[in-house]
Amino acid sequence: MIDPIFLAEAAVNGLLLGGVLALLALGLNLIFGVIDIVWIAYVDLVMVCMYVVYFLVQVYGWPIWLGSLVSVAFGAVLGMGVHLLIISPILGSAPINQLLATGGLLFFLQSFATFLWTTDHRSVRINLPTLEVGGMFLSFSRLIAFVVALFVMLGLYLFLRHTYVGTAIRAVSQDRDAMALMGANPRRVYLVTSAVGGALAGVAAALLIIQYSVHPFFGAAFGPLTFMICVLGGLGNMVGAFVASFIMSEVISIGGVVWSTEMGYVIAFVFFVVMMFARPGGILGRRA
Amino acid sequence: MSAGRLAFGVLLAILLVVPFVPMGGMRQYMLHVLIQIFIWSFIGGAWSLMGRFGLVSLGHGAFLGLGAYTTTLLWNFFGLTPWLGAVVAVALTAVLAVVVAYPCSRFSVTGHYFGLVTLAVGEVIRLLIIAERDWTGGSLGLTVKPAGGDSLLAIQFADKRVFYYAGLVLWALGLWVWYRLDRSMARSAMEAIGEDETAAASVGIHVTRFKVGITVLSAVVTAIGGIAYAQYIAYVNPDTLAGIGVSLRIVFAVVLGGMYALLGPTVGTALTIALAEVLRVVFGVTYVGMAETIYGLLLIVFIIFLPSGIYGSVRDVFRRPRAAAAPATA
Repeated sequence: MIDPIFLAEAAVNGLLLGGVLALLALGLNLIFGVIDIVWIAYVDLVMVCMYVVYFLVQVYGWPIWLGSLVSVAFGAVLGMGVHLLIISPILGSAPINQLLATGGLLFFLQSFATFLWTTDHRSVRINLPTLEVGGMFLSFSRLIAFVVALFVMLGLYLFLRHTYVGTAIRAVSQDRDAMALMGANPRRVYLVTSAVGGALAGVAAALLIIQYSVHPFFGAAFGPLTFMICVLGGLGNMVGAFVASFIMSEVISIGGVVWSTEMGYVIAFVFFVVMMFARPGGILGRRA
Repeated sequence: MSAGRLAFGVLLAILLVVPFVPMGGMRQYMLHVLIQIFIWSFIGGAWSLMGRFGLVSLGHGAFLGLGAYTTTLLWNFFGLTPWLGAVVAVALTAVLAVVVAYPCSRFSVTGHYFGLVTLAVGEVIRLLIIAERDWTGGSLGLTVKPAGGDSLLAIQFADKRVFYYAGLVLWALGLWVWYRLDRSMARSAMEAIGEDETAAASVGIHVTRFKVGITVLSAVVTAIGGIAYAQYIAYVNPDTLAGIGVSLRIVFAVVLGGMYALLGPTVGTALTIALAEVLRVVFGVTYVGMAETIYGLLLIVFIIFLPSGIYGSVRDVFRRPRAAAAPATA
């Protein structure tokens, strides 16, 4: 039998991981909801941003907050670049081609990162204490990441609710044809959405680099999980994605402690497949 | 079509004599590349059996890995000949295909959702292989136990020519399956389902039966391809035979070639493998990752500029005058 304290620790760690996963899922979901394309390479953009933070902080000695801000800006530029160079020429293509174009980007980013920076695992070392709460050991960096992620999500919510651009983004995701008739320019909305999605990748990168080391295959490790969270929550459904992140991270975290890391993922993925059959529109969704 | 048949006959005749063409020291290498093209074209063709009807699977690595690992494990641990192992593997793959396809069809999981469900299945198989590292060797992979010399029972041969002809036969069989399906009633039914499921059901097409059937066929053929690859390379690895990477590669090759044409998957596979080989030879070990980087870039460029695939685009150029005369059937 496993010591309940380990289970409790795993549960709390799962909760903390869920915050960062939610951020990733929201970024991907935002893009999908508006542009109707799944960016298979989304987590690879995060990987590139993680390298940016790593080099600025660990190699050039910038303070972590400044490195993080650069990462956010870089992510936004990257998002716009991906949209302008890859997505906008194929907006009218078959969905499979759109999916594969970003799949090509995945291969490109993964291998280019291997070429530039080799397969070494790199991490940012900042000295943060470990908290001991009731016998559980909790990493302070995870706690910070969790809190920042929550604040950024709150900011995203306010942006989408209370700004003109945010309203336009939500409107396009509801009905893109009607929006064009209303005089809004969908192309501009797409570009802004891609920039916001990219910026969220930049934030996620800054929060992930203080907990995990970065390597060219980081995207392959977190990518499938992120898609599954989005689908589990209902593609395009923000609240669903938020809830699904915590479900998946708890399953992985507790499953990882009870069995093994891989089995934690296996259980999470099997759970995902079963849930797709039980609630195909997402845990909170209705079928369209 | 007689011109097409003639061209195909000539191609087949050339392929039959290739192993006897003097190529100096290059023969082994050329054969190796061609065998890989045969096997991966066969697998790509298997994918396109369902992909062309809108059932876009991003998890064919699951079937590939299940097939390859089942025969390899049965041979390594129980000494069961891969011939019988393949029967077991095919049966298991068929079961997995039903387990995935039946609920997907019953609960109308289609489009993006179907792609992502299959992607999850592919990852589950990859992670299970890694998790069961006591038998499967985990991420390090597993070598097929040598039989000690040539053995038909173990499907192990030192001479690449044996694998070359076996690969050629396999490839031709794959084309035959594709052709038979293309000429069958099932094709019309599947096309109707791909266009509009409800309408198809309303004219009496049993949607679930056809969808499950086509998925099982595609999965089983993929598994056979996986077994063939494992026997040829004599080494299995979870990252090259299961999971998202290989699944995407299969889809890429097919879409690049054109998934609605008989030879589309072959053209796409031959091109991607040739490209990968050329890049590997050019860059070698000096610039690790450079070959793959260019590969990824070219894939993006191809998809943007040749949306219906290379073979599809070339064929369209030749077909255009006729298509204008008689309205297209596609």
